[in-house]
Amino acid sequence: MTKVLLQGGTLVDATGIRSGLDVLIDNSEIVEIAPNISPPRGARLIDCDGCMISPGLVDLHTHLREPGNEEAETIESGTRAAVAGGYTAVVCMPNTEPPIDNATAVRDILAMSKDALCAVIPAGTITVGREGERLSPMVEMNACGVRLFTDDGRGVQSASVMRRALEYASALGATIAQHCEMEDLAANTVMNEGYLSSVMGVQGAPNCAEELMLERDLELAALCGARIHFMHLSTHGSVELVRRAKLAGMQVTAEVTPHHISLTDDMLSEYNPIYKVNPPLRTRKDITALIRALSDGTIDAIATDHAPHVRESKELPLDQAPPGMIGLETALAVAITVLKDNSGEVGTGRKDASENGRSGNNRSGRTYSTKSNSVKSEYGNSGSAGGGRANNSYSEHLTIDPSVLQYSMNMVDIIAAMSWKPAAIAGLDVASGGRHGGPIVPGAPANLTVFDPSADWRVDAPRLLSKSGNSPFDGLSLTGKVRHTIYEGEPVYLDGRATK
Amino acid sequence: MSLLQNALVSIGDLDNDDIGHIMKLSAIFSEVLRRDIPKVPTLRGKTMAMVFSEDSTRTRTSFEIAAKKLSMDILSLNSSQSSMKKGESLKDTLANLHAIGADGFVIRHSSSGVPTQASTWMTVPVINAGDGCHEHPTQALLDCYTLIERFDTPSNHTTDNAILNCFNGMTVTIVGDVEHSRVARSLVIMLDMLGAKTTLCGPRTLMPRHVDKWPVRVSYHLDEVLPETQVCYILRLQNERGSGTYLPSIREYAMNWGIDSKRASLLPETAVIMHPGPINRGVELAGEIADSSRSLILNQASNGVAVRMAVIYLLLANPGDITEV
Repeated sequence: MTKVLLQGGTLVDATGIRSGLDVLIDNSEIVEIAPNISPPRGARLIDCDGCMISPGLVDLHTHLREPGNEEAETIESGTRAAVAGGYTAVVCMPNTEPPIDNATAVRDILAMSKDALCAVIPAGTITVGREGERLSPMVEMNACGVRLFTDDGRGVQSASVMRRALEYASALGATIAQHCEMEDLAANTVMNEGYLSSVMGVQGAPNCAEELMLERDLELAALCGARIHFMHLSTHGSVELVRRAKLAGMQVTAEVTPHHISLTDDMLSEYNPIYKVNPPLRTRKDITALIRALSDGTIDAIATDHAPHVRESKELPLDQAPPGMIGLETALAVAITVLKDNSGEVGTGRKDASENGRSGNNRSGRTYSTKSNSVKSEYGNSGSAGGGRANNSYSEHLTIDPSVLQYSMNMVDIIAAMSWKPAAIAGLDVASGGRHGGPIVPGAPANLTVFDPSADWRVDAPRLLSKSGNSPFDGLSLTGKVRHTIYEGEPVYLDGRATK
Repeated sequence: MSLLQNALVSIGDLDNDDIGHIMKLSAIFSEVLRRDIPKVPTLRGKTMAMVFSEDSTRTRTSFEIAAKKLSMDILSLNSSQSSMKKGESLKDTLANLHAIGADGFVIRHSSSGVPTQASTWMTVPVINAGDGCHEHPTQALLDCYTLIERFDTPSNHTTDNAILNCFNGMTVTIVGDVEHSRVARSLVIMLDMLGAKTTLCGPRTLMPRHVDKWPVRVSYHLDEVLPETQVCYILRLQNERGSGTYLPSIREYAMNWGIDSKRASLLPETAVIMHPGPINRGVELAGEIADSSRSLILNQASNGVAVRMAVIYLLLANPGDITEV
């Protein structure tokens, strides 16, 4: 393998921000970090001017669909999408067909992803067949490298099964990751339960369908002294429960998706199944709480819940279409667009919120404005979801509510939520013997992401590398573009192209 | 004319002027239907595709007759006999019907939102004939026409939309399974637009959640609201949508929210009874009330044809065709 020299970037990792440094990589390892390193003979030079170099991003929540639904995504296409999004490691969900509920299935995934563009770490199911009844052979799967167990797509409904799972996994040092959804309350629902679902005449899922299970599982985790990870939080109530548990000293972690911090349920007003996702898009109040929780550390990680679906399945009636959105290639940009404190220099930390974005002082020219198609509060004022069908209802830029600006984050905190914190949750960080999440120091594994934090680009779903195009951000402009991804010393994504 | 560019999927697609215009056109078509030869050549050569993925008697026949009275050809499809059963997507089915020659679509579907989705897929007009629990806009329009027939005083017509004046302050009580009712959703929007005062009444389990944000009053006690009700609009208890599990028993429902003679006597003398059909006699409505002189139920059914002619005409006719009527 040739040497690779990243020239002139700004480093961002858990130690903070360092500007004007080159990074020399040799054979999957970082060997030197210094200003103006003279290129060794034959080294591959990668221009990082104006870009930030961070530890490779780590996704806790990717659906690669292989085996079983290769029409929507494969390990190959999904990892190409991952590196295009700056990820060097993805934890793939076990709800494949057949599910990853035994060691053979784990070994199959690992064998199939041997040549993938980034690390693929399978999660195993909690219960056999994700049926919520018998525990999966976690010890055997753990021996194959599985650190995270989840029945994702479903929550474990039975409290006694969940208790056993927490006890069993905690003895292995593995983590149970719960998809919180009381099926009793949420069965057959297609969106958030609210005013909009009531006028649209569709079944909505109330916030408490998520919160009741989360609250139950906190009690169970406390009972067992086990650690627990909560996936894709979507409600302000969930945030409060996790906050209280953390204050009480529990070993609890949580993730949120890019779409749950950026989109509200009014995206569903035209019954477009692209916006159907589980848990559903909620309200501004929930978004504000989720963003606040990210900025104060209550929520640890941003995870994509990348869920590819073939086009036909998203052209079904809303109640028949499967839930899910792709997200690997837009996650970092959505996070930067929604969360980045842009009032000062890169990485200088939080500024007074009242300054933020109000006076047009953001360098990238983003528009922070109230969404034009805000939730209709007047019944009949085409709040019936009828109006404006033929037009795209969203504005050109992804816009956010000004009220969340006070919770904007610096770049270190944003990358923390996308790299080293999820790496630690999944046991992939250096401290756990893994190779992800940094820090960027000589001798560390060369898993790195190079991105331009201020580049604006427009999402064009058909051109994304995922095999499926079900992106809710299609057509929107976002800020922050991944330029290059280095996996184990190799540039696997370079100037907008995956190298395999 | 601003109205009905390409679809009627929600009554909220219309404004008061649009509704007034549709009412006047409906009156014209109503006159046509009383002629010796009750048919006009207006839309001859055009084809209406009727796509019904759910059982329907009156809506389907009403639309078919309306299209035929406008001299249209009918392309009829229901899902049980179509290729949708063989796994073809609805979008493909519609695209193929359009390719075969459909100039417009009347769509009934058991899933909310399908006509909305179809209107984004298709370049030709789409009319919602009832979608899931969402809306049934032509039902609201024919109810509007039926109420005008009963309550309008034509001598008062001084302004353009005076035909709608009778709705100002009209007290309408919608009784029953509002949660599952597309009729109620269209009616509530329309009655609010027209200035009527709407009360929803039924067991709380059959009221939509967040109904507090709707422009209505909600009551759980029918006997209290009937004395101040001018229009008592009764909804069908939709057992096929699982309403039964929302209630202790049909008997308890009938006892508390069914309209029998005793309850009907609480209504003011001039009050009318309406029902979108089909009726579960003896459950939500006693047979003798359905057949009484204050019932407008059959007027609703017959007015459906003229109103649907007006809607089809507005969506499919070329400007100037009105002269042929």
